[in-house]
Amino acid sequence: MTNAFPPEYYQLLEQIQAVDFVLCELTLYLDTHPSDNEAIQQFNYHSKQSRQLKRQYEEQYGPLMQYGMSYSSYPWNWKDAPWPWQV
Amino acid sequence: MWYYEKKLQYPVRVGECNPRLAKFLIEQYGGADGELAAALRYLNQRYSIPDKVIGLLTDIGTEEFAHLEMIATMIYKLTKDATPEQMKDAGLGDHYANHDHALFYQNAAGVPWTASYIQAKGDPIADIYEDIAAEEKARATYQWIINMSDDPELNDGLKYLREREVVHSQRFREAAQILIEEKDKKVFF
Repeated sequence: MTNAFPPEYYQLLEQIQAVDFVLCELTLYLDTHPSDNEAIQQFNYHSKQSRQLKRQYEEQYGPLMQYGMSYSSYPWNWKDAPWPWQV
Repeated sequence: MWYYEKKLQYPVRVGECNPRLAKFLIEQYGGADGELAAALRYLNQRYSIPDKVIGLLTDIGTEEFAHLEMIATMIYKLTKDATPEQMKDAGLGDHYANHDHALFYQNAAGVPWTASYIQAKGDPIADIYEDIAAEEKARATYQWIINMSDDPELNDGLKYLREREVVHSQRFREAAQILIEEKDKKVFF
C-alpha cells in the first residue's frame, strides 16, 4: 500500500469521518424525529465543524468533492490519486 | 442528483492478503442482502411512498453506497496482492478465470446480482417491512462473516457495518409507525 501520507493525514481524515458520522446519525434520526430542536442544534453545530475540518483537509490534500462543491488549485487535481480505497 | 466525496465513511484496514475472506465478503457486495441491493431497493421505493418517509429512504439509500465502497475497499485490499495460485486455493479460481482481480456484482457462490433480489410492491407498509427484513438479514450476514474472520482489523470495519444495519432497522421501524399513524388519520367514522 502506498503509505505516502504522514500520520497527520490519517488523524485529520478520521476527525472528518467522526464528525460526518455524527451528521449521518443525526440526519437519519431527524428524518423520523423532525421536531427535536436539541438534535437540530447539534446537527447545525457539527455541520459547521465538518466544513471547517474539510477546508483544512482540502488546503493540504486536495479537493474532497467536485462538480463545484470544492475549489480547485492549478493544475486540476480532483482526478489525482490516491482514491479512498488506496489509502 | 448525487455528489461523490473522496473519502470512506469509516476507515477500512486489513491485516494481510486474504482472498478467502474476500470470497465471503462478496456476499455483501453483490448478494441478495448486500449493499448494492440495499441502495437500489431504497432509492427505487422512494417514488411511490408517502412524503413523510421519502427523506429517510433517500438518506439510508445514499449511505448504502458508502457501505458498498467500504466492502469494495475490503475486497480490493484482501485480494490485490494475491497470486493466481492463492486465488485458486481460496476458492476464487472461477472468479479469477472470468475477472482476474476485478470486482464483480455477485454473491459468495458466484451468482450474479439480479433485480429479483429487491422488491417494490407500491404498498408503503409492505415496502417498509421489506426494508426492515433486509436490514436484519444484512446484519445477520455480517455476523456470520465476522464469525469466520480471524482478522481483527477487518472485523473493526465489519462491526461498524453490522451496527449500521441495526440503526437502519430501528429507523425503518419508526418509519413504519409513522406510516401506520398516517393511514389511521385518513379513516373517518
